[in-house]
Amino acid sequence: MSAQHDAAQAVESYAGERYKYGFVTDVEADSAPPGLDHDTIRFISAKKGEPEWLLAWRIKAFERWLQMEDEEPTWAKLHYPPIDYQDACYYSAPKSDADRPKSLDEVDPELLKTYEKLGIPLQEQEMLAGVAVDAVFDSVSVATTFKDKLAEMGIIFCSISEAVKEHPALVQRYLGSVVPYSDNFFATLNSAVFTDGSFVYVPKGVRCPMELSTYFRINAANTGQFERTLIIADEGSYVSYLEGCTAPMRDENQLHAAVVELVALDDAEIKYSTVQNWYPGDAEGRGGIYNFVTKRGACRGANAKISWTQVETGSAITWKYPSCILQGDNSVGEFYSIAITNNRQQADTGTKMIHIGRNTRSRIVSKGIAAGRSDSTYRGLVRVQPKAEGARNHTQCDSLLIGDTCGAHTVPYIESRNPTARVEHEATTSKISEDQLFYCRQRGIEEEDAVALIVNGFCREVLQELPMEFAVEAQKLVAISLEGSVG
Amino acid sequence: MLTIENLHATVDGKPILNGLDLAVNAGEVHAVMGPNGSGKSTLAYVIAGREGYEVTAGSVTYRGADLLAMSIEERALSGVFLAFQYPVEIPGVGSATFLKTAVNAVRKHRGEKEYDAMEFLKLVKEKRTALGIDDGMMRRALNVGFSGGEKKRNEMLQMALLEPALAVLDETDSGLDIDALKVVASGINALRGPERSMLVITHYQRLLDHVVPDRVHVLAGGRIVRSGGRELALELEKSGYAGLGLEPSAAA
Amino acid sequence: MPGPRTIPFDYPAPGAGPAVALPGAGTPWLDALRADARGLSANGLPGTRMEAWKYTSLAPLAELDFSPPPAHEAEASESADPFDAVAGPCAVFVNGRFSAARSRLDSLPAGLRVTGLAQALADDPAGVEGLIGGTGALNGEPLAAFNAAFAADGCIVETAEGVEIEEPLRLRFAASPGVAPLAWHPRVVVRLGAGSRLTLVEGHDGPAGAATWSNPLADIALGGDATLSHVKLQVEGPDAYHTALTRAALAGGARYESHLLALGARLARHEIHVRLEGEGAACWLGGGYMARGSQHVDNTTVIDHAVPNCESREVYKGVLDDTARGVFQGKIIVRKDAQKTDGHQLNRTLLLSRKAEIDTKPELEIYADDVKCSHGATAGEPEAEQLFYLRSRGLDHRTALALIVEGFMCDMMEEVPHEGVRAVLIERVAAWIDGGGCP
Repeated sequence: MSAQHDAAQAVESYAGERYKYGFVTDVEADSAPPGLDHDTIRFISAKKGEPEWLLAWRIKAFERWLQMEDEEPTWAKLHYPPIDYQDACYYSAPKSDADRPKSLDEVDPELLKTYEKLGIPLQEQEMLAGVAVDAVFDSVSVATTFKDKLAEMGIIFCSISEAVKEHPALVQRYLGSVVPYSDNFFATLNSAVFTDGSFVYVPKGVRCPMELSTYFRINAANTGQFERTLIIADEGSYVSYLEGCTAPMRDENQLHAAVVELVALDDAEIKYSTVQNWYPGDAEGRGGIYNFVTKRGACRGANAKISWTQVETGSAITWKYPSCILQGDNSVGEFYSIAITNNRQQADTGTKMIHIGRNTRSRIVSKGIAAGRSDSTYRGLVRVQPKAEGARNHTQCDSLLIGDTCGAHTVPYIESRNPTARVEHEATTSKISEDQLFYCRQRGIEEEDAVALIVNGFCREVLQELPMEFAVEAQKLVAISLEGSVG
Repeated sequence: MLTIENLHATVDGKPILNGLDLAVNAGEVHAVMGPNGSGKSTLAYVIAGREGYEVTAGSVTYRGADLLAMSIEERALSGVFLAFQYPVEIPGVGSATFLKTAVNAVRKHRGEKEYDAMEFLKLVKEKRTALGIDDGMMRRALNVGFSGGEKKRNEMLQMALLEPALAVLDETDSGLDIDALKVVASGINALRGPERSMLVITHYQRLLDHVVPDRVHVLAGGRIVRSGGRELALELEKSGYAGLGLEPSAAA
Repeated sequence: MPGPRTIPFDYPAPGAGPAVALPGAGTPWLDALRADARGLSANGLPGTRMEAWKYTSLAPLAELDFSPPPAHEAEASESADPFDAVAGPCAVFVNGRFSAARSRLDSLPAGLRVTGLAQALADDPAGVEGLIGGTGALNGEPLAAFNAAFAADGCIVETAEGVEIEEPLRLRFAASPGVAPLAWHPRVVVRLGAGSRLTLVEGHDGPAGAATWSNPLADIALGGDATLSHVKLQVEGPDAYHTALTRAALAGGARYESHLLALGARLARHEIHVRLEGEGAACWLGGGYMARGSQHVDNTTVIDHAVPNCESREVYKGVLDDTARGVFQGKIIVRKDAQKTDGHQLNRTLLLSRKAEIDTKPELEIYADDVKCSHGATAGEPEAEQLFYLRSRGLDHRTALALIVEGFMCDMMEEVPHEGVRAVLIERVAAWIDGGGCP
């Protein structure tokens, strides 16, 4: 991680706090009491100074959600105690410095060990662990230069709250256009109570010159458990967006339900990469984040392309299916995924590729690795609509089991309604061979390192889709995630 | 360097080695020859510590230490190298990545500085050119889709980089045409030195035309039945194992 | 509370008249079983919100007022016997009831016993309890509950240890529809003694005409090293509904082979559950389905590897034309201790029409690490290259297509062990391609 990152993050944290306290509302309190009703929604909306249409949209979502009581998904291969949604807190101001750890000495040493293995600089460790730090002001220029450069090209990159104020037409036009407020239990909840997230708009013909990362995002701090991200790539544009962080983030909220919407118009391309390493709980499965995410991209225009790449190693529960709606003729959807579960983690993840336009193509490469007492499930849907002439899909799902107390499952749904379409699905399940381990160890590589090496090889097709910087860290992460799984 | 005494080993409960004795001094190259099924590969695997090869009696002493008490990687780190007869394919793991990981593991163990990417690339280039290995091969996944000759040359490259004290070459000559054999043999010879011992396991004597051994041992029925100088290998070639009264069936 | 997951369904139809007495009524264990099963069936038909029924809606079934066929119609006329040319013993059921006059069971080979279920229940209900008793196996299987509650007949097939039966045993289920929709629920029990071998040929046929619903349930248990080849040809008329569940449990070293050709009915579901319970057991599931018009054909299989060292192979191939819809759901489960499992599955579908649809869900659920498992699925039209090749040799498009389809399907039929039976299946495939194959 570069010094630039450190600085930018420090700045963004500072700016975020100022921003939070910077606008006036008629509500005195900083936090909503636990529970969810119409007033909670109004409180959130007022806190954020939102226009009437957005409040109305939130209320509509909330009312729909109230009718969804029995629609909390049960089809995933996930087991967790019922969630009391009235017990959660839906809006809270950032923690004051007094509540945070004073220094790294007060932080869980296990967490620090992991940071060290990932090679994360000290200052960044403090940020991640939530230590109260002073922002470094002489670095303001870094973020400013960065913003200026994007602005020059007409690229909008800001928090969604800011976008609601500054670019209401764009937000109103696209928000909920890919994931409607009524889409599913978790997305509907998110629509009602989302607190913040990112907004990106890349104008016609512009190729975004850098990877946009949540690191650089202004007002990134405490986006909370209900993140909402909207990315629009106008005709002929290109953007690569990086979400998340290889380092395990400290987080107070156990329940996360994010929504990400991508829109790619004619000839546009969006590449969305995620590394998710939230707290997975301890070895016995206590604690850990519940991560229920709805991610969907629409290739609205001809020749549009959306590519999802994800490395999922964290969270106690992962429920996530980044999908592509291939509306435009010749549009392309890709999904590259690595999901690693260890100890008591459960991941049910995959994708949906909906072929609507002619000659649409999709490619799915999923690598699931299960160790410990965990369960890893690939669940995917490939649907070819009647008009998707010449559509093509190829799906490859490979699972690797480490030890005999874990489970690896593959649940693909294939629905084809066009005879000219060609849909192919292949899946395998295997373990690391004794021969491979012996060979590596004979060359002096320790067993745990050998496992990491072999697993990284197994994941290579996906790792190589990640932007360079991310890929290197992701490889380390693969190794760390599997620690203690052999021997 | 290596002293093996009264070694007995079983595989799946079946006795394969039945009282094998062998001593190799520093700087010596010993050839172990024998008919199929005589226990040659088992000897190599027992030295390397492969699971499933159970030592039921006897001892193996390596540089004064009990080799059998060491884990697979401890043996490798302390200088025992096995050139595999059938190197395994590891999909997705780049050859160069693998080499760097292994070399740095060994260097770290020796208390030497680990190579960075640039230093390592330079070193590999120097070593691989001598073995006729092109850069393309280094960029492919380890052993995946390699021809028989490429796999063996890759084993030699690893040996050159890891600089072992004791190299066990298990049928390194099998599956090689005469040109490849010469390349491999010159690679082996380049590594001969006063501090390095080699155990060359082979079925045929042709490799020994190029890698001239100090001693030749004949393995049959899980024991060394004859030992001699280079001439023993030539004698074997003339009369075959049968000529020594060592039909494979008699050996079993 | 979960939402409605079943379809309300009054069966028998409220106006069906006096209920036909079921055989063995008055036997306490049987009355209790039927009462329990009826309680389960009262929940209705499985709805598409149940994962196992996601792609197959039984709603059309619920719109019809089915009633059980009256006993006296068992001798009525019916469609032609597809396996007419196959010699050997044969048990014939008309509208689900055993027809002694049409059956050939006089000179059964030594070591083979075939008993009508109604007869057995009348003669020796206690002897049947062990074969069909217990409602435990009905939970989660709504249609099995209907069968248990309303089965009026069926048969019990048993082989002695070590016997090898050369001639195939046929079970023919013929339909003879009346004016009102009729439903029947035949129950078949197969018990193979250790080391025995049998070929069982199950046929379901019926004419075009009024609606029928056939809901057979077969429970198969294979002793150690026993082998059952189970061939099924399903060619009912276009107004028929067919929902079959076959459950097979295999002891060590046993082998179960299923060869299915499904051509008939408006809606057909063939569900097979295989449980490999003894080491060294193996199963082969081969299925062919061909559908046109607005037919719906569903193949759902579950192969459960409960112990180590078992092998399963599964290949289902289908051809769909017009607005036909095909469903394939194949699940392989490998339990925690079932190491060294070798399981492979393949589903391939040719779509011949713009409006045909295939929904495929091959599924792996694996809890053991030392296994080799894979599945694959493809769907699409016949390859243009193949067509081009054949046409470049002078074949017209139609002929070339027919040849490709025939090759695609007959490939499957080659696995059928008995020559005469195989010939019938291949002939049916050819007839289907020519536009026939079913009433």
